[in-house]
Amino acid sequence: MNLQFVVDGLLTGSMIGLGAIGVTLTYSILRFSNFAHGDFMAWGTYATLAVVGATGAMFGKIAPIAPLSFGWPLIVALIIGMAITGLLALLLDFVLFARLRAKGQAIIVVMASFGASMALRSLLEFIFTSRPTYFSRAIQIAMPVGFGIRITPDQIALLLLTAVLVLGVHLLMTRTQTGRSMQALSQNAALARIVGIDVASVVRVTWIIGGALACVAGVMIGILIQIRPFMGFDMLLPMFAAAILGGIGSVPGAVLGGLIIGLAEAGAVQLIGAEWRAAVSFIILMAVLFVRPVGLFGVRER
Amino acid sequence: MSETVLDVRDLEAGYEPGVPIVRGASITVSKGEIVVVLGPNGAGKSSLIKAIAGLVPITGGTVRLDGKDITAAPAHTMVRLGLAFVPQTENIFPLMSVEDNLKVACGILERRETPARIEEMYAAFPDLARQRRTVAGNLSGGQRQMLAVARALIVHPKVLVLDEPSAGLSPKFVAMVFDMLAGIRKSGVTILLVEQNAKAALAIGDRAYVLVEGKDRHEGVASELWNDPVVAELYLGQRRQASEKGSAA
Repeated sequence: MNLQFVVDGLLTGSMIGLGAIGVTLTYSILRFSNFAHGDFMAWGTYATLAVVGATGAMFGKIAPIAPLSFGWPLIVALIIGMAITGLLALLLDFVLFARLRAKGQAIIVVMASFGASMALRSLLEFIFTSRPTYFSRAIQIAMPVGFGIRITPDQIALLLLTAVLVLGVHLLMTRTQTGRSMQALSQNAALARIVGIDVASVVRVTWIIGGALACVAGVMIGILIQIRPFMGFDMLLPMFAAAILGGIGSVPGAVLGGLIIGLAEAGAVQLIGAEWRAAVSFIILMAVLFVRPVGLFGVRER
Repeated sequence: MSETVLDVRDLEAGYEPGVPIVRGASITVSKGEIVVVLGPNGAGKSSLIKAIAGLVPITGGTVRLDGKDITAAPAHTMVRLGLAFVPQTENIFPLMSVEDNLKVACGILERRETPARIEEMYAAFPDLARQRRTVAGNLSGGQRQMLAVARALIVHPKVLVLDEPSAGLSPKFVAMVFDMLAGIRKSGVTILLVEQNAKAALAIGDRAYVLVEGKDRHEGVASELWNDPVVAELYLGQRRQASEKGSAA
């Protein structure tokens, strides 16, 4: 068996995992499945692409940082894109979700997120067309690293970026007052208010983190594969599967779940054929729900 | 009379508009007192203190804390205003460590003050100090109550409000909880307490109110209320007969 699937799996898993962090946080803190989360990914990617285009128009072409396929403009654009995506999530919450949440029926919010998902996607197709596009058309040479595995410099950089971001979010959740407030709110919303936590501000932080990470995941897809309006929607099932596999509310769980699904998908492509790729996350999701519905890091409520 | 900390006047409150559960209740709590609210099941005792804590919508009357009107203050601002509430159940964050349960409640303290304040709580509650890394959901019932109370005290409240702190505990822990409250009052904290366990609550209380159908119907010195015929008629009658029979046997 060719071990190349490990690298492919870790990369897909990183994209799924970064997205799943947002899914698991909105699920545990705001208590609804946000089906528009995938579209935050796509919007973040297109926003980043637009900023890259704008800097290109203003400052001319800037050479990529040697062995990578991208340069400073993409890195700066990614940071701006993360901010834009966070703001988009906040805006959507303000315009739509917060109002429906106030009426108190979770299923209505879920349906609204489905509608928002379609609207956001159509808007992207309208602005950017549905033709795939790329951050760079340059071709990178993959370096052999032993065991028959080859990896490109971009892939190494993005795996490192994922590791840094995941560690950062984990530290934020466990070591800061903001993170503890988020945990508190997900465990007992009424008690969170009693101990003085301003729910509205924690909700805002949750949206910003989820949106920003979705943007990074989208840009990873954009760099390694391609940019399409459907790119995020196609990640929705794997992201939910990862969040549920890891245990709702758990950041490390979401990332581990993402990696497991990414590796399983890549392995399945090699063993039984690419057409089964999409089925893998569905099968894993079903298996988890039957065998251990609380997930790997989840805890049964009372 | 000493200075009033909490002043509740003609309070009306309920979850649904037009269906008040609290119907014109008035109580006051003075500095350093333990005040107990008693009453039969369904009298609205819990709703009364939840309304005071900002958790049940108030439709009439006023709540004043140290003279300041806090009737319309949202629940999450209460600790900053000086009112700390301990709910009856689900009063800890079960998946967080004991230490994180305390830390998360320190949001209104100065950051530098927090570690020292947590150590003060550990000194006051040595049981918690021994279990600071324990996930709070694994604590015993009595220790959970202790953590919930420590979490409320950590922010230096002007008044500590508790909803049936002895509910669901075994007799050993019930005694422990009331001892703990008596100790807390000695350290100068003002306490308002709702209790089903009237005898134990009156034993540590200074004054008590009897709430019937959402209204305060009677008020008196705690130690005298136990033998007050009006109270017996309002609420305590059967229960006291039962407990006297029990102690005679």
